[in-house]
Amino acid sequence: MQRIYLDHNATTPIHPEVKKAIIDSIDIFGNPSSLHEDGRIARILIETAREKVAELINADPEEIMFVGSGSEANNTVLSLVSCSGARCSLHAPAESDLVISTIEHPCILETSKCLENRGTRVKRIGVDKRGIVRMDDLEQAVTESTSLVSIMMVNNETGSIQDVERALEIAHKSGAMFHTDAVQAVGKLPVDVKKLDVDFLTISAHKIYGPKGVGALYVKKGTPFCPLIRGGHQEMGRRAGTENTLGIVGLGRAVELRAIEMEAESERLGVLNRILREGIDSRIENIHFNSDPACCLHSTLNVSFEGVEGEALLLYLDYEGVEVSTGSACASGSLDPSHVLLEMHLPVEFTHGSLRISMGRSTTREEIDYVLDILPGIVNKLRRMSTVYGGER
Amino acid sequence: MSSWLYTDKVKDHFMNPRNIMFDDEDFEYDAEGKTGNIKCGDEMIFYLKINPDSLTITDCRWKTFGCASAIASTSVLSEMIKGMTLEDVFNISNVDIMNELGGLPDNKVHCSVLGDKALQEAINNYYRGHGMEDKVHNTESRIVCECLNISEEEIEHAVLEGARNYYQLQEMTKVGTSCGKCSDDARERLSFYLDKHFGIKVSIQS
Repeated sequence: MQRIYLDHNATTPIHPEVKKAIIDSIDIFGNPSSLHEDGRIARILIETAREKVAELINADPEEIMFVGSGSEANNTVLSLVSCSGARCSLHAPAESDLVISTIEHPCILETSKCLENRGTRVKRIGVDKRGIVRMDDLEQAVTESTSLVSIMMVNNETGSIQDVERALEIAHKSGAMFHTDAVQAVGKLPVDVKKLDVDFLTISAHKIYGPKGVGALYVKKGTPFCPLIRGGHQEMGRRAGTENTLGIVGLGRAVELRAIEMEAESERLGVLNRILREGIDSRIENIHFNSDPACCLHSTLNVSFEGVEGEALLLYLDYEGVEVSTGSACASGSLDPSHVLLEMHLPVEFTHGSLRISMGRSTTREEIDYVLDILPGIVNKLRRMSTVYGGER
Repeated sequence: MSSWLYTDKVKDHFMNPRNIMFDDEDFEYDAEGKTGNIKCGDEMIFYLKINPDSLTITDCRWKTFGCASAIASTSVLSEMIKGMTLEDVFNISNVDIMNELGGLPDNKVHCSVLGDKALQEAINNYYRGHGMEDKVHNTESRIVCECLNISEEEIEHAVLEGARNYYQLQEMTKVGTSCGKCSDDARERLSFYLDKHFGIKVSIQS
C-alpha cells in the first residue's frame, strides 16, 4: 500500500541528495583528528559541513559544534546552569535560576527536573490558549539571579511560533543567557542568529531530511561553556568523541538543500495546510483546532475530535495508509496526554482526541485530498461506538 | 502487515468490533454498567440482556471511548460472556481477557481492566434492580493508607501504570509517606497486584 507520511515533526525521510552525499563519502573512514591524509580528508568534510550549517543561520563556523542529537544539545546547554564552583572555568554563580516554558520538549523538561533535584531553582512559564508562552509572566520570572532562559522557537506538537525575540530581550536585560531549541524551526523558517543575538541554538538533522543521530549546537562567540561529554579535544574541546563524519556530511548537505527549498516549500505547504484545515472544518463537526494559523508554522496542523480517542484514530488512519501522530495518553506509553495540550487548557473531552498532521517536502495536494476523504468516515466510526458522543448525528 | 503493534486478534477486534451499541438499533437490555472516566482517556459502558431464570447473559452491547486495546478488549469480552452465568462473568479477570486476545503490551494492560469492571457494575445493577441485594458483590475499594486516604484501587492503578517496587508506588501514590503505619499492608497489596496483572512474584520485605 502507498504510505502517506504526514508525521514530519517526528522525523523526515532522508533527502535523495543527502543520501547521495552520504553514499559518496561512505568510504572516507579516517579519524578527523589524525594528521595523515585519510584523517585530513575526513576533517575537510566536517569543516565544510560546519560552514554550511553556519551559513544557514548566519553564524561563524567556529560557533557551530556538532552533537549526537537535538536532545544532547539541549542537555549540554541546561547543564551549564548547575556548573559552578571556584575551580570551574565557568564561574557560574552558586545560586542561579533556570527559566523555561511548560511546553518545552521532554529533553528540556526532564533535565530541568534533574537540575532542580540538585538545587537549581527552576521557573516554568505557561502558555495562553494559542500555545504561546506568556511574555508578561516571563518578565516577572526573570531576575538578576537567572542565569539561563530557554524557550523553544517552534513547538513540535502544535507548530506554535514563540516570541523568541521578546524572550531574548527579557533574558538579556537581566544579564541571563538565552537558549532556544530551534529543532522544529531551522530549515522551515529563516533564522539569523546574529540578528537575534541568541547565545545558544539547537539544530537537529533528522527533522530536515538529514540522517538521525546528528545535530548541531550554536554557541555564540565568547559565551561561557562547559562540555557535557568530557575527555577529548574534538569540537574545539566542547564535545569529546570521534566525530560522526557521515552524519555530519548528511547534516551539511541537508542544511544546504534547506536554504534552496525552504521558501517555495513554505508557501506550498501554507496552501495545503489551509485546504486541510478548511476541509476538516467543513466535513467534521465538533472539532477543535489546536494550531492557530495566525501564530503557527505552515507545516503543522493539530486538531482534536470530540468523543474520539487519538490512538484509535491514529491506528485506523495507519491502516488506510496515513501516518500521523497524536497527543493521546494511550499512545504516549506514559498514560499521560500531551503536556502541551494540557498546558493550553483544552477542554478535557478534546485532550485525548488530538491528531498532529505535519507535512513536508513530499506532501502533495492528492495526499491531503485522500486524508480529507477518509477522515470523516473514521471519526464517525469511532464516534458511533463512543460513550462520550451521542452516536451518529 | 507484519509489524503491527498488537496481536492479530487485537487487530481483528479493533478493526471489526463486535456487539457495539448503535443508537439506531434500539437494543433492549436489562442492565447497564459504566466505568472509567473520560479525564483518564477511557470510558466504557456494557448493556446486558439477561435470562431471569438461569441468570445467564443472552446478549450484550457496549460502547467505549478508548484506544485500540480498549476497543479490542471490550469487543472480545462481549463475545466471551454470551451464555455465561452472571456469577461466572463476575469472576472474569483481565488476565482472562488478555489471554483471549493473545496478550497486550505491558502499558496497555490498564486498558483491558475497564471491561470487566463495567461488567461487574452492570451485574450489580441487575441484582439491585431485581430484588437480589444479597447477591450484590462489594466492589468498594478498601482504604489502605488512612493518613492520605489511598485505596486498594489506587494501588492497583499505580501497578497497572508501571509501579514495580515500593519506591515507585510511593512516588506515584504517596502511600505510606505520612505516618508509615500502612507500609506492610501497602507492600502486600503491591505484590498481590504485581502477581495478578503481570505474574510478577516478589517477596515482601519491610
